[in-house]
Amino acid sequence: MNGALHGVRITDLTRVWAGPHATRMLADMGVEVIHVTGRKLVGPLTVSRETARILGVYPDDEPGERHWNRNSQTNDLMRNKYDVTLELDTPEGLSLLRRLVAVSDVVIENYSPRVMPKFGLDYPNLQALNPRIILCSMPGYGSQGPHRNFISYGTNVDPAAGLANLMGYPGEEPHMSGNAYPDPVAALFAVGAILTALYHQRRAGQGQYIDLSQAEATTALLGEASLGTRLNGVVPPRLGNRHPRQAPHGCYPCRGDDAWVAIAVRSEDEWRALTRVLGQPTWGTEERFATLSGRLQHHDELDRHIAEWTLQRDAHHVMLTLQNAGVPAGVVANAEELVNDPHLLARDFFWDIDHPEAGMRRYAGQPVQLSATPARLYRPAPCLGQHNDQVLGGLLGLSDDELAALRDKGVIGDRPLPR
Amino acid sequence: MTAALPGIRVLDLSRYVAGAYCAKLLAAFGAEVIKVEPPGTGDPARAVGPFLHDRPNPETSALFLYLNTGKQGLTLNLKHPQGREILKALVRDTDVLVENFTPRVMPALGLDYATLRVLNPRLVMVSISNFGQSGPYRDYKANDMIAYALGGYMYLNGHPQRQPLSGGGHQPAYQGALHGYSGVMAALMAREQSGQGQHVDVSIQECMASIHQFTINRYVYVGRIQKRLGNRYQRAHPITIYPCKDGLASLAVSTQEQYERFLALTGLTALLEDARFATPYACSEHAASFDELLAPWLRAHGKHDIVHRCQENRIPAAFVNDVAEVMDDPQYRFRGFWHDLDHPVAGRQTYAGFPFHMTATPPALQRACLLGEHTEDILTARLGCSRAQLADWRAQGVI
Repeated sequence: MNGALHGVRITDLTRVWAGPHATRMLADMGVEVIHVTGRKLVGPLTVSRETARILGVYPDDEPGERHWNRNSQTNDLMRNKYDVTLELDTPEGLSLLRRLVAVSDVVIENYSPRVMPKFGLDYPNLQALNPRIILCSMPGYGSQGPHRNFISYGTNVDPAAGLANLMGYPGEEPHMSGNAYPDPVAALFAVGAILTALYHQRRAGQGQYIDLSQAEATTALLGEASLGTRLNGVVPPRLGNRHPRQAPHGCYPCRGDDAWVAIAVRSEDEWRALTRVLGQPTWGTEERFATLSGRLQHHDELDRHIAEWTLQRDAHHVMLTLQNAGVPAGVVANAEELVNDPHLLARDFFWDIDHPEAGMRRYAGQPVQLSATPARLYRPAPCLGQHNDQVLGGLLGLSDDELAALRDKGVIGDRPLPR
Repeated sequence: MTAALPGIRVLDLSRYVAGAYCAKLLAAFGAEVIKVEPPGTGDPARAVGPFLHDRPNPETSALFLYLNTGKQGLTLNLKHPQGREILKALVRDTDVLVENFTPRVMPALGLDYATLRVLNPRLVMVSISNFGQSGPYRDYKANDMIAYALGGYMYLNGHPQRQPLSGGGHQPAYQGALHGYSGVMAALMAREQSGQGQHVDVSIQECMASIHQFTINRYVYVGRIQKRLGNRYQRAHPITIYPCKDGLASLAVSTQEQYERFLALTGLTALLEDARFATPYACSEHAASFDELLAPWLRAHGKHDIVHRCQENRIPAAFVNDVAEVMDDPQYRFRGFWHDLDHPVAGRQTYAGFPFHMTATPPALQRACLLGEHTEDILTARLGCSRAQLADWRAQGVI
């Protein structure tokens, strides 16, 4: 069965996370994604063995002979894609890239805004190669403007975008999102914009340039808060795990090491159900907890009472008991619990992928389930340059001799180059 | 300038955030989006503040106003049999239906996908829910914090010795919206080939689980469970938020080169001779000592000075903005991210726009609909209803 996006071809120049995350979703939906890797950027083992161990990126901490094919993050982001290696600072590499552009629907890149023009690959030049081409650029702050050259990572886009200011323990400093949240946010907006542009391209025969700002992408997901400050003049405070109009609402310690459950009581019915589950303790009938405003006002004491109960219990047991009584509750799942979550397993969320150099491993699948054209695994992540012959020979029509000459000159290959 | 989605008709049955933002994106690209709300109260988002001057009013809720730009307002009581018949009549010539009820609601109303596709095989229906349309947690109750928790994101946020932290705003719901939008567009692309619609099932828990995949990779590849790190990131330092002379500044020193340039800028190059501070990885093992050494420089410099001097030296640094400060940020202003929109009740206000410039089909922003603002127009134009018919339905509480 063909995927939803069968017949679409993307030349993918992206790196790190935001860009590759976007093209991974598109590849899962059936796009032919041709990732172009610069072998100087793969480099030698850029972190020490000790650091690799800390970061935990190689199977069982063993980089192996070809570490570049064993990196968990690469193998996650590259699944379903094709990989060709091209050195853009060689005339041959650049010329082959231009030939790929000519036969693609979309080019996507997340370099800093200086790079594409430097290689003569800005949108007007790409359009000259292919009038219907769509180019999506996704730098941190956009391709134009006073901060366009700011170096940025997801980790300091969330402070800039206003997100960190809304996060944190009440009364304390702003808190980063913990996992470079703006990267996948930019990825998802890029997917949406690219699909919209493809729909237009298919119907109207017209390409376009998409200039996406990672910072704006994150701020767009706070739009009610920025509009809110204009309506009432108040910058929203950091609430931690509290809620302005619901109580109790928080995260409670459970039995075991670093085990927690989140509980959200949104109504009087849920409040009564909670106290029933807790065995109708005497504090539950106290006047000050009888109303929402009372519970909001005495939230700290409420938390202490609830924590006394949760601390003696297993987090999963607390979740199950509360959910069965109609109270919203959820285990604060860690990575181990997540990959063993019975609900995610029942929905076949995870994909088990056998990679020739990393073995059979489990990965997050796609949260978007399309009933007629489901996202699925077509092929594991490629090894470096695995599709050089298939793409440059098969698609662009280079002869075996030409491919051999490119290999000899180091324009293509299957091992990293020194920087 | 043209619209990307001309002639695409959308029914938006959603409540609160997830479906609403998905449908807002469709509206921005020129689809004709009808917001279907229950008569009387409307979308419960209308009851959520902040409100204009803090006075509750269903037409001045920031949450509703932001999430429902560009839509037409239709009131329809889906609990009334006639209301459901009207909806089915509209479905016959609708391209996309967006809903984010709990999974039992649409089947209970007789409006499940199997039923609707018989009326219109070209229909794309997207259902965004906390746990998806199947599985043992399907009927679990949840909100943003609980989706954070069960999606494995909350465990990563916060201080290692303290309780995990939920995120800012409604991030899980927005993740459902963005994934839902991609699902809709993929289904519309597939329909161009097949002529058939399909059902798109988006689980917010899965959205959250799929956007921190490296923590899953780390567990699967090495058996290590990533813990909370506080206001830090992975193991390089300084990637953090620092207090400075006049506020806060964010740094993301991630590579050896950036680290050496940062030490040069702050006059701490001598630290490279000390094994504890030779690399950003080593530094992260001794972060508290490093922060003490850096503190005098931070105290002596203001945030603008820090951010600009770092960036001039190719060191990643950023402002720590609150949502009001972002509205004054010169970069956002240069790109025209903020839009002033007039609204008959809320007045002229500033709204966040969309994060992309598109040369051929730019997204457009128009004010949110009033409750039931276009009910008569829609039912007259789409279904050919008479005035008498409308009056009758109004009297029965259908519209």
